[in-house]
Amino acid sequence: MRKGQYRFVAGFLFIPVALYLIFVIWPYLQTFGYSLTDWKGQSQTFNFVGLDNYTALFQDDIFLKAIWHNILFLVFIPVITILLALFFAFMLNAGGRGRAGGVSGVAGSGFYKIVYFFPQVLSLAILAVLFGAVYRSDSGGMLNGFLMKLGLVDESGPVEWLNEPNFVLWALIAVVVWHGVGFYLVLFSAAMQAIPRDIYEAALIDGAGRAHTFFRITLPLLWDSVQTAWVYLGIAAMDMFILVSTMTAGEYGGGPDHHSEVMATVMMRNFLLYGKSGYACAMGVVMLLLTLIVSVVMLRATRRERIEF
Amino acid sequence: MSAPLKTASPGDSAPTGPAVTKTRTSPGDERGEGVVLNVFSHGFLALWALMIVLPLLWLILSAFKTDAQIGGSAFGWPQNWSLDVFSRAWDKGIGDYFLNTVIVLVFSVPLTMLFGSMAAYVLARYQFWGNRLLYFFFVAGAMFPVFLALVPLFFMVKRLDMLNSYQGLILVYVAYSLPFTVFFMHAFFRTLPTAVFEAAILDGASHTRTFFQVMLPMAKPGLISVGIFNTLGQWNQYILPTVLMQPQSGDDPERYVLTQGLVQLQQQQGYASDLPVLFAGVTIAMIPMLVVYLSFQRQVQAGLTSATLK
Repeated sequence: MRKGQYRFVAGFLFIPVALYLIFVIWPYLQTFGYSLTDWKGQSQTFNFVGLDNYTALFQDDIFLKAIWHNILFLVFIPVITILLALFFAFMLNAGGRGRAGGVSGVAGSGFYKIVYFFPQVLSLAILAVLFGAVYRSDSGGMLNGFLMKLGLVDESGPVEWLNEPNFVLWALIAVVVWHGVGFYLVLFSAAMQAIPRDIYEAALIDGAGRAHTFFRITLPLLWDSVQTAWVYLGIAAMDMFILVSTMTAGEYGGGPDHHSEVMATVMMRNFLLYGKSGYACAMGVVMLLLTLIVSVVMLRATRRERIEF
Repeated sequence: MSAPLKTASPGDSAPTGPAVTKTRTSPGDERGEGVVLNVFSHGFLALWALMIVLPLLWLILSAFKTDAQIGGSAFGWPQNWSLDVFSRAWDKGIGDYFLNTVIVLVFSVPLTMLFGSMAAYVLARYQFWGNRLLYFFFVAGAMFPVFLALVPLFFMVKRLDMLNSYQGLILVYVAYSLPFTVFFMHAFFRTLPTAVFEAAILDGASHTRTFFQVMLPMAKPGLISVGIFNTLGQWNQYILPTVLMQPQSGDDPERYVLTQGLVQLQQQQGYASDLPVLFAGVTIAMIPMLVVYLSFQRQVQAGLTSATLK
């Protein structure tokens, strides 16, 4: 390699690498160091306290509760979203009447995809306001109003969706599912269209029904996309900060009485409200470890033999 | 054969075509199953579509209601059809938030694309010591949750005296968008043919010039996908501005971005109740997304989903 080429390479890399080091890598590394101190943020002095923050963390009832809620999200959000997305994707691509014996999509599938995907481009802040209004705890809320019209909810006792310990997590899960189904539907539907038509035709000739076709052909051939979806939804379930902090009661959310707390809200409260920087850093590290474990476990658990077609 | 014609949307000729072929080619019982399934699938699909559209429409309609109406019944029809509420929302801060977001994105998105593709290009097309290492170093950043960095990041930006400043947020946005941009553009530059590159070099173009005038234009489809992805991602970003864009002292002006401002407006509802303004604000915030989405619908879907698969 000539000398000029080195100068060119270095010149092109300098700014991106510098930015990345200063704002991403260095803070990431610092977190590990700070998590071992009793740093309170505003003061510049702090002491090394070893693993004290971590032991405190695992005696912190609120944080343990938050981990449990993240685990619940981790189980329900991916399962519900993926099942719905697969169902709709199959309906769109194979739910229509057969075309000369083949399998075809329903009419207007392009229109459905446009509508379903739209929530994905909205920011979670918009969703927070929207669903704050939908879940309103009086007859002015869309959900309560609707259920009252149907006579399922008593006019005098509307449901407080976001203030009822039994409902709040489900109300949040519903928002994430509403937001995500369209995205994964488009993902799955692209993968379904890549499956050669003759495989379906062969199955049809062999007498396979629609259910059979789905479970024996479509699903195995889609497995890669399902796996990707699983990991992404899992990572999203470990976050949940925006929705919880804006929709539920309390400073940085988590209400009622910590029934919707997630790790991220506990962390942000400790950092921005209480100024416990060192402690918040320890939470950040725990979040990283759990996220990594989740990704690895999910990739392992869903691993199948790859089918080439 | 009346059922399938009923479910098929009028004016759309596509569904009637196959229905005709179907009657000619398949036996009777199978046709029955097809009809049932078609009604069934259309029913579910339409139901979900309604569940997406109705809340959004309801929210927009609510902007035209009065406060009392909003609190009263969810399904009252709005009575004051004036756009006054939108200008009120704009004056109440949405205008500023909107402007702040635009100012940040006007710089952060092009810079992300520029620096991201520069790094990706060099890493994809040039052999040098540490190339693989640097590539993994970039890509690894995409795997970590942003919460891991938040606390030190805050103090880093503070030390640079860039808290609550546009340039601070711009630089942070660029830095946090780099992993994905580098990852995606790296894959893209690898697929471009080497012959064009060699021809340009032979013709005496410098490496820099080859990049800007030959390689970058060829990478346009990739740039569009990543560009849309980054624009949406940065437009919707909430966690970073929440930490970095708080006024630092009494006379430090508010420079909230749109997402932050909406949440702020929502939380103010506890004190001064003016829900129509909040809903009008959300409507204003949705409009650019709707316009971008409908005009680049295919690219948006392709960009966002391919982002996941890579």
